[in-house]
Amino acid sequence: MMEKMIFGRYIPADSIAHRLDPRAKLLFVFIFIGIIFLANNGWAYGAAAAFTVLSIWLSGVTIRFLIKGLKPVMIIIAITFVLQIFFAREGDIIVDLGFVTIYEEGVRQAIFISTRFLLLVFMTSLLTLTTTPISITDGLESLLNPLKKIKFPAHELALMMSIALRFIPTLMDETDKVMKAQMARGSDMSSGPLKDRLKAVVPLMIPLFVNAFKRAEDLAIAMEVRGYRGGEGRTKYRLLKWHGRDTLALLSLVGLTVLLVLLRG
Amino acid sequence: MDISLQKVEYRYAAGSPFEKLAIEDVSFSVPSGQYVAIIGHTGSGKSTVLQHLNALLKPTAGSVVIGDRTVRAGRKEKELKSIRQKVGIVFQFPEQQLFEETVLKDICYGPMNFGVSEEEAKNRAEYWIEEVGLSREILNQSPFDLSGGQMRRVAIAGVLAMQPDLIVLDEPTAGLDPRGRKEMMDMFYRLHKERNLSMILVTHSMEDASVYADKIVIMHKGKKVHEGTPREIFADAEKLKQWDLSVPEVVHFQRLLEHKTGILFPVVCLTMEELVAQWKQLSGGHPL
Repeated sequence: MMEKMIFGRYIPADSIAHRLDPRAKLLFVFIFIGIIFLANNGWAYGAAAAFTVLSIWLSGVTIRFLIKGLKPVMIIIAITFVLQIFFAREGDIIVDLGFVTIYEEGVRQAIFISTRFLLLVFMTSLLTLTTTPISITDGLESLLNPLKKIKFPAHELALMMSIALRFIPTLMDETDKVMKAQMARGSDMSSGPLKDRLKAVVPLMIPLFVNAFKRAEDLAIAMEVRGYRGGEGRTKYRLLKWHGRDTLALLSLVGLTVLLVLLRG
Repeated sequence: MDISLQKVEYRYAAGSPFEKLAIEDVSFSVPSGQYVAIIGHTGSGKSTVLQHLNALLKPTAGSVVIGDRTVRAGRKEKELKSIRQKVGIVFQFPEQQLFEETVLKDICYGPMNFGVSEEEAKNRAEYWIEEVGLSREILNQSPFDLSGGQMRRVAIAGVLAMQPDLIVLDEPTAGLDPRGRKEMMDMFYRLHKERNLSMILVTHSMEDASVYADKIVIMHKGKKVHEGTPREIFADAEKLKQWDLSVPEVVHFQRLLEHKTGILFPVVCLTMEELVAQWKQLSGGHPL
């Protein structure tokens, strides 16, 4: 099931969205997350949705692929939708079955909230789908750089992020390996009472932690012998370059903001 | 206990866009008490085959017969524990599976999972720790305080203490020094001989395969391409080359010797001792 998830995955391609500067994309997504909360009626949500669809189209990713890959997230959205329907108690009653009553406001809220959630998930997924993890960290470091003046460890944070991202597949492989080794020794993680299943996790977690610590130590030594001494004065192999299209992408958000402000009721 | 694979196929992530065929149409059998080596280049599907031997993976087509149990494609299997008790797998770098506070507890983990009493498990731990060449004093230490070689032996004792009928070894000597390698391989061979244990050795080492195995199975690109006794297999170096494999050093030396002296040996020699004995006969006592 992990293999089908696209959350956090990068799909190599050569679209406009792929070519954008990672800084622009990061800002774009952060701003989008902010301004989507301006929408409060059908028209505004429609505009935001249209904007999202346009972005998806420009990234070369198909909506079908997105929906399929984000199935687990869809389930969460569906649950929020149902909960929302039952919890809001305003407006006219649409359905009254005695034990449950559904209000008009409930349905409205449910649709709006799940739309907002969906658009957010789509946009953030687009970021990771069109940007390599290494570009994301580069972009983030560059964006956080001004904060260095107030002693914010921007370089260290970016390094931590890239190391974490680098070792996710390694950890996944190792989990699989240790799990199989313990299963071969009769451990049973998939059946039996909850208490036993929790107990069966210990023989999996301890080797994983031990190995992770060992690997961290090895990595630290390997970095030191290659002369790593922090971000001070360090030059970069991959230089980020801001193009006109990056400015244009951010300007389109200004347009969307104005539109949302005008449309909201 | 006999074990056999019948036309086994396995696809990773079957039914998804990431589907990948790992092995296809693999059939071979390991009769009770036999020592079988599986050799093949990296990525040939050896590890995938190995995981079918105790139902860690279930075939996507074909079936695996393990003693009186059959694991068939597309059928839900219940009670896999009885299979896993009979087939002990020593994975590559088994020291990475240690987790308990003491060596004793770690060795007891497997047997107790299979319903052995604590008392009996302890007895087994005391017995097997010596069988793998460590002293009993070590039982009360933390496995994480031991050296790499000792940790591996502890992990192996943990699998042996399950008292399986068949032992599967996946590159058991990877990362050991030459002496450690030989000790370990000799230990497994002794267990195989003394207890009539079936063994399956997955290895890169042509030497180990030729010296210890009764039968060799060659995997190449997810398929079983050849099967035979070590002498049959290593007689034809050219054939092996097409599967990215080579002959053991001794055989290579024998071929060079034959080429240089023009004297042809009647058989393929698998050990140095054998080669020397043959040479003495052929050359009438003339030293090499």
